[in-house]
Amino acid sequence: MTEQSTNWEPKIIAFLCNWCSYAGADLAGVSRFQYPSNIRIVRVPCSGRVSENMILSALKSGADGILVSGCHPGDCHYISGNYFARRRFALLSNLLDFIGVEPGRVNFSWVSASEGEQFAEVVQGVTEKVKALGSASRLVKKIDALETELQVA
Amino acid sequence: MAAGSVLVIGGGIAGVQAALDLANSGFLVHLVERTTSIGGKMSQLDKTFPTNDCSACILSPKLVECGRHFNINLLTLSDLVSLDGGPGSFKAVVRQRPRYIDPEKCIACGLCAEKCPKKVSNDFNMGIGERKAAYLSYPQAVPLKYALDPGHCIWVNKPGRCGLCAKVCPAGAINFDDTVKEHVLEVGSVVLALGFSRYDPSPLDFTGYGRLPNVVTSMEFERLLSPSGPCMGHLERPSDHREPKRIAWLQCVGSRDINRVGHPYCSSICCMFALKQAVIAKEHAQGEFESAIFYMDMRTHGKGFENYYNRAKAEGVQFHRARVHSVIPAPEDSNNLQLRYVDEQGQVNFAEFDMVVLSTGLQVYRHTVELATMLGLELDVDNFIKTDSFNPVATSRPGIFVCGAASEPKDIPQSVMEASAAAAEAGQIMAPARWSETSKKVYPAEMNIHAQAPRIGVFVCHCGINISSVVDVEAVAAHAKNLDGVVFSQCNLFTCSQDTINQMVSIIKEQGLNRVVVASCSPRTHEPLFQETLRDAGLNQFLFEMANIRDQDSWVHQQEPEKATAKAKDLVAMAVARVRSEGALPYNTVPVTKSALVIGGGVSGMTAALSMAEQNYPVTLIEQSDFLGGNGRKVYRNWKGDKFLPFINELSARVTTHPQISVKLNTEISDVTGSVGKFTTTFNDGHSFEHGVAVMAVGGKAYQPEGQWQFLYGINPHVQTLLELDKRFIDEDASLKEVKQAVFIHCVGSRIPERPYCSRVCCTHAIDSAVRLKELNPDMDVFMLYRDVRTYGQRERLYQEARAKGILFIRYDLEHLPQVTDKDGQLVIHAHDPIIDANIIIHPDMLVLATAVQPRQQTGVLSKFFKCAVDSQGFLLEAHMKLRPVDFATEGVFLAGLCHYPKPMEEAIAQAKAAAARAAIILAYDAVPAESVTAVVTAAKCTGCGLCVAVCAYNAVSLDENGVSVVNTSMCKGCGACVAGCRSDAVTLKNIGNEQIMAAVDAAFM
Repeated sequence: MTEQSTNWEPKIIAFLCNWCSYAGADLAGVSRFQYPSNIRIVRVPCSGRVSENMILSALKSGADGILVSGCHPGDCHYISGNYFARRRFALLSNLLDFIGVEPGRVNFSWVSASEGEQFAEVVQGVTEKVKALGSASRLVKKIDALETELQVA
Repeated sequence: MAAGSVLVIGGGIAGVQAALDLANSGFLVHLVERTTSIGGKMSQLDKTFPTNDCSACILSPKLVECGRHFNINLLTLSDLVSLDGGPGSFKAVVRQRPRYIDPEKCIACGLCAEKCPKKVSNDFNMGIGERKAAYLSYPQAVPLKYALDPGHCIWVNKPGRCGLCAKVCPAGAINFDDTVKEHVLEVGSVVLALGFSRYDPSPLDFTGYGRLPNVVTSMEFERLLSPSGPCMGHLERPSDHREPKRIAWLQCVGSRDINRVGHPYCSSICCMFALKQAVIAKEHAQGEFESAIFYMDMRTHGKGFENYYNRAKAEGVQFHRARVHSVIPAPEDSNNLQLRYVDEQGQVNFAEFDMVVLSTGLQVYRHTVELATMLGLELDVDNFIKTDSFNPVATSRPGIFVCGAASEPKDIPQSVMEASAAAAEAGQIMAPARWSETSKKVYPAEMNIHAQAPRIGVFVCHCGINISSVVDVEAVAAHAKNLDGVVFSQCNLFTCSQDTINQMVSIIKEQGLNRVVVASCSPRTHEPLFQETLRDAGLNQFLFEMANIRDQDSWVHQQEPEKATAKAKDLVAMAVARVRSEGALPYNTVPVTKSALVIGGGVSGMTAALSMAEQNYPVTLIEQSDFLGGNGRKVYRNWKGDKFLPFINELSARVTTHPQISVKLNTEISDVTGSVGKFTTTFNDGHSFEHGVAVMAVGGKAYQPEGQWQFLYGINPHVQTLLELDKRFIDEDASLKEVKQAVFIHCVGSRIPERPYCSRVCCTHAIDSAVRLKELNPDMDVFMLYRDVRTYGQRERLYQEARAKGILFIRYDLEHLPQVTDKDGQLVIHAHDPIIDANIIIHPDMLVLATAVQPRQQTGVLSKFFKCAVDSQGFLLEAHMKLRPVDFATEGVFLAGLCHYPKPMEEAIAQAKAAAARAAIILAYDAVPAESVTAVVTAAKCTGCGLCVAVCAYNAVSLDENGVSVVNTSMCKGCGACVAGCRSDAVTLKNIGNEQIMAAVDAAFM
């Protein structure tokens, strides 16, 4: 499927903290708030567990967009993990900007366990943004292509 | 010495909860169930309000736990026939009827039912469809054992005939010679959870029930909706199996009806029941769907209920405030139904529907009355088991407690709270004998999988139709089979049912599985159940992952089955990738500090403290103000006429003099560290206190009328709130007798967009205050300006009494708010009476505002100390609205009283006792499980930069003498901040390392 194909659908990796955002995603389900199906949720204990490395690796593996979501400020189950996540995200944004990754590919949000509707809205928003940006396949590490090039050389 | 075992009668959700609480806190439980299996009414429900949770999904884990529990002796087909003795030493005789199928031998293959020639009306499906005389009441039944129906089995009635089941049973389990067994049990206490029956509307000929096939009761409708019901969850109407497009619900059938039924009480749950069914039926219907609810008052007085009501309105459910005159066949021969009713304007209307659902009321079982009589228990006027206002689970006979709908109609969370409260009461009696009769579960030795290649088993759940109606589960299971390391995959109707759980154990053994993935609902609710299953099969419980293909897939992509299936395949692949490199982890524990902290010295806090202290645990009770009693001191009496102050004074005295309770007034919290088993809380006086558990009972506050709800409050001296009027009642203010005309305005600050919840207590409180005024001066004119009268349960009697006393009720709505003006000091109230459709003017000399109950500001701050959640209104958010109403998601912390939601005192007391019971489950142990997922450092990679030390919020990481990072696993909570912070990849989290996470991410793109 080419990037221009009209029925191209992005794949978005979401790292959700177990205590707030993952629970918020469950609540969206319990309340039957519908949202686009492009998201693939990875449960992590805390948004503070999510490293820059994980985000960049996910892009390298083929993710068209990333969402990291944790508890609201002050609500972190592990006291301060979400603050680290926010700081890390702020720094990473600069790096991403510098290397030419568009704003909107990597997203950060706070969603609490009682915010099912907000979770659905966040996913809707992120999906629309990533769809507008198009595929991120240029970020995928293509080992096969590299090897072919090396052989030719 | 008191006996260390307890008798619980009734295996519905209340009985199951009481049994689990007691068994988990060190007592042997004999759970006596009248039918062949536990689960009760809740097992017959399709969904539960207000979360629309699948009933089977949330109930099944509890039933399975009950069925497998080491210290629960389940006696099905059994009745209590006699009980002698008293608290601490009862002698009970339980008679167990023959099952005719040996549960030890039955493998639940179902061949007996398949071959049984005798068809019987299916009672589990409310008589819709048939079952056999050899039967299993429902697919997830616990115990999962067939039975022969002695009323219908051919052999049992005429020995020598038939006997087909015995011929086909591969296990030789059929035993026609089975006989009645008597069990004599010595127990310390008895908990009655006898449940309720539904009113049979056959005598109400105007409803057409019994004559018109498309008129069904709400329980019948529930079975029609259920995926395990007679039409497999594809809603059909009985007459022609067509999908109904227009359904009407008739409320209060057999409730609030003195005239034809003799049930003056409100059944409390039917409004929400009907709302839920209307919303769910619309979900079932493909395309156009019309639903209408015919009601007197909408009673959505519970937590989250008003929002649900608003949502139903937004989704197009029609509401008609009318009692339907008659249901007759529609003119043409269509099996449709015509409803005739008078609307509020007095116009006679006709409306046609495809189907009519009767919201039938709750009533006491006849055998409940017989049992209560045998036990010598007092019943109330409605034949419910009589309880005390200030001890809502105690019966009239000491040592016997009651919970659930046998004492008044009530919903599931309330029943569950009472069940835990009854467990607390029983626990108080038996405290000296804790652990004296129990035995300990021993798991098989764990298989060492260290050098083994992954052998992963994948179990994909249909969840009835919750998943399979959207996701092609067979395709997902087939996809899973081809994944690296997967050696087994299969689909299950309900993966969490007892039979599947048992099957999973044998599959793990037979297939030599060393890792398991379950693709079903959320790990947040079901992971513990499946992890225990792994342990039962000799696998370490951490060799497990779940793929959430329901809450995060089928439920949120209902219109996109193909995409949802593709997503489910990815989610399963991700879970498989994750589990592939996971290893066995140790089962860590933390020692429990056997003391409790109770925050809040109101009635809830004092009750919780006293209950734990009576179970021999030391308690510190802190109160912000300089007195005990809280809001309760401001209230005159409850609807039964019991005055609060004498009770509160007595309670305060018991609390302050109890040797196990230390009371600290004028005390606030300044810091909390630690977690379940060992919290350290520091107070504003600088002292700190170590405790294993905490109960938050921080109360609520009254709304201060403002804006359009001010009604001259604070301006005209004749305007006051209910609590201010209560103060005058308490002070015996003689001037009240001089009042000639009084007006009450209900819902001041409640049920409005800023506060979209019902404050639950104010209708009853306002009407009781009005009645009190009438008692003081029978000639007084009293007007109640209300929106819906919500005198739920037996409080309805008070409403009847008020009307009998001549108190006038005039309804208002948000479009026609009463206008209150001041004319030279005289109050003038303009209101609109919708019944006569006219404006009325009242000149009262007193206006009373029934103001909302709000959470206190401090609730949010306190919740953060214990890492508990609050809801959008600022009330504390429990772990699960239905089944964990006093727990937080944070272990070791519990809640009770107004900080949870507005509630009358009897409910606050029940909740406080429930919190004490739940806390006792932790306090009963010397150690509780601690985090197994902890950080671990690879010393060779560590550069000693100390970032991990800086980011750890628990001081669990430090640098050793060589400058290498080390993790103290007993303090580590497994958050992973150090892992993400490490620049040299030297720290990882066990089983949640980069390896596992990135494998999961990569699997999404395979």
